[in-house]
Amino acid sequence: MNLKIVVLAKQVPDTRNVGKDAMTPEGTVNRAALPAIFNPDDLNALEQALRLKEANPGSTVGVLTMGPPRAAEIVQQGLFRGADTGWLLTDRLFAGSDTLATSYALATAIQKIGGVDLVIGGRQAIDGDTAQVGPQVAQKLGYNQVTYAEEILGISDGKATVRRHIDGGVELVEAPLPLLVTVNGSAAPCRPQHAKLVMKYKKSPVPAQWSVADIGGDSAQCGLSGSPTKVKSIENIAFQAKESKTLTASDADVESLVKELLADKIIG
Amino acid sequence: MDNVFVYCETEGALVAEVSQELLTKGRKLADELGVELHAIAAGSGLKGKVEQQILPYGVDKLFVFDDPVLFPYTSAPHTDILVGLFREEKPQICLMGATVIGRDLGPRVSSSLTSGLTADCTQLEIGSYTEARTGKEYKNLLYQIRPAFGGNIVATIVNPDHRPQMATVRSGVMQKAVYAGSARGEVVYPETGKYVSPEACAVKVLDHHVEAARHNLKGASIVVAGGFGCGSKEGFDSLFELAGLLHGEVGASRAAVDAGWCEPDRQIGQTGVTVHPKVYIACGISGQIQHIAGMQDSKIIISINSDPDAPINQIADYVITGTVEEVVPKLIKYYKKNSK
Ligand SMILES: Cc1cc2nc3c(=O)[nH]c(=O)nc-3n(C[C@H](O)[C@H](O)[C@H](O)COP(=O)(O)OP(=O)(O)OC[C@H]3O[C@@H](n4cnc5c(N)ncnc54)[C@H](O)[C@@H]3O)c2cc1C
Ligand SMILES: Nc1ncnc2c1ncn2[C@@H]1O[C@H](COP(=O)(O)O)[C@@H](O)[C@H]1O
Repeated sequence: MNLKIVVLAKQVPDTRNVGKDAMTPEGTVNRAALPAIFNPDDLNALEQALRLKEANPGSTVGVLTMGPPRAAEIVQQGLFRGADTGWLLTDRLFAGSDTLATSYALATAIQKIGGVDLVIGGRQAIDGDTAQVGPQVAQKLGYNQVTYAEEILGISDGKATVRRHIDGGVELVEAPLPLLVTVNGSAAPCRPQHAKLVMKYKKSPVPAQWSVADIGGDSAQCGLSGSPTKVKSIENIAFQAKESKTLTASDADVESLVKELLADKIIG
Repeated sequence: MDNVFVYCETEGALVAEVSQELLTKGRKLADELGVELHAIAAGSGLKGKVEQQILPYGVDKLFVFDDPVLFPYTSAPHTDILVGLFREEKPQICLMGATVIGRDLGPRVSSSLTSGLTADCTQLEIGSYTEARTGKEYKNLLYQIRPAFGGNIVATIVNPDHRPQMATVRSGVMQKAVYAGSARGEVVYPETGKYVSPEACAVKVLDHHVEAARHNLKGASIVVAGGFGCGSKEGFDSLFELAGLLHGEVGASRAAVDAGWCEPDRQIGQTGVTVHPKVYIACGISGQIQHIAGMQDSKIIISINSDPDAPINQIADYVITGTVEEVVPKLIKYYKKNSK
């Protein structure tokens, strides 16, 4: 079966390695101090898409991303790893989108792309950690959804079989296309960039760059105005320092601590 | 209209603990707002089994949807129930667990109702909000407080204009307590078919396998937690003896989990479980924000760390400057000697 697959991928600040200069004294994030990377789970999503493409000759994989112009890098990195095409949604009207407004933009773009059988996203993005965009895109498109996937085992008779992690266990589900799947970071890692593909696409522009108007979007549903959630305030985290008793590792110190805790019935 | 709703997750006929925790929180919010607390349970074989797991937390009205198509959970039927019911009931707040189910269902419902959803809240409060642009004032909004940017900041999110205000909360973050006041405790059994169309049942669960929890870290009153400073799997394993003696459980930092020294379900912190023990013994844990987020409410914190300036020492009641290899065996030895 020829599948038309779209991978949702986001460029994110690398919040895993936040240095001291990453926060401004006002407690806001200094995005410039954080390297921008391909959201980790989205690489796992891309790998699942590329495997399906190999297993189903004639299929295509496209990478869809929304972000500032620089996010074109994400589409390019997708091409370097084996995607066939890509789309960048970029427009000042998209700025300030929460998950709902993001899902509106992505779903509208997927409708414009048209005929998409399978949308594969990461489970969550490391800047927001919400895991909301995938299911919201699925709802807007009226697609079935399977979240927390470890592996898309295969597709036959218009149905995908997916192994997923649930709380305390695993599940095997069968879901008819069209379908949206979100993939865990623990799924198979993405293949590396391919030197030939890097050569081929290094200099070429992103296949398509779309604004709100290009996708026929309603600007009221995009960006800040399309976002029901508002950030009221942001604070730096400060923990209350405690008065602590300092001990050494000597036998006498450790024994007296144990005795104190026993006497106070804290342990026992 | 305007009530507080909690979606109660079930596995078989067992109500998830996180849902009970949210009922307790939801009751407080409802009392503060002067409205009712309503609960929804959807699954198969629930009638007569779930009511007593839900009502004691102060529920005024419980909606039980009992139908074979509702278990195992799939997205669309549960979404249809919540969306249909919320269109009728128009709640102002809806809470659910930040579990695999809650994080699958919440966004699908919020998208259907175009209402805002905030994931993984660590605190929920009622407060007012003034929109900077228009100066418009809103009273009695739900403050959805959550870590952001990898836990380096906390953000307070509000949904001024859209209802319900939806939030998910991880297991263990709130604490459950049977409600001391009196609640109406009405139970209704709406017909599932009125809300769920046959087309919504397209996704089939071929195999569903859940294992009973291997430990009770969340509820433990003593937690011995190991970090990267344990140095090795053997070093980490020594914590089990201490925890066993103290009738506690072993927890871990993410670095210890990533090193493969224990199972991921023992991770404590922002992306793991939240614990509230009487005693927390941190063994070779530096105390990064994301770890502290899951244990800061421990009554007594003991830090064993070779670095006297480890950040965790700032919030510790007792700091033992030394190595895990040296101190843990001594704790074991002197506990055995003095506990009888
Ligand atoms: C989005 C995000 C979410 C995260 N979520 C979590 C989470 O839920 N939980 C979590 O724990 N982390 C989480 N982390 C990771 C967190 O930032 C830290 O990396 C992690 O907690 C560090 O673990 P550690 O303290 O064991 O290791 P380290 O930071 O390496 O600290 C080791 C400590 O051991 C001490 N030590 C070394 N040798 C010895 C010895 N022989 N005896 C005694 N002490 C010794 C050192 O002085 C040091 O203080 C998250 C990070 C991100 C970005
Ligand atoms: N701006 C975006 N562009 C493309 N995909 C996105 C974007 N935001 C979120 N996604 C997708 O949705 C997933 C979940 O994101 P989040 O809900 O932000 O945690 C990500 O892993 C991506 O696959």
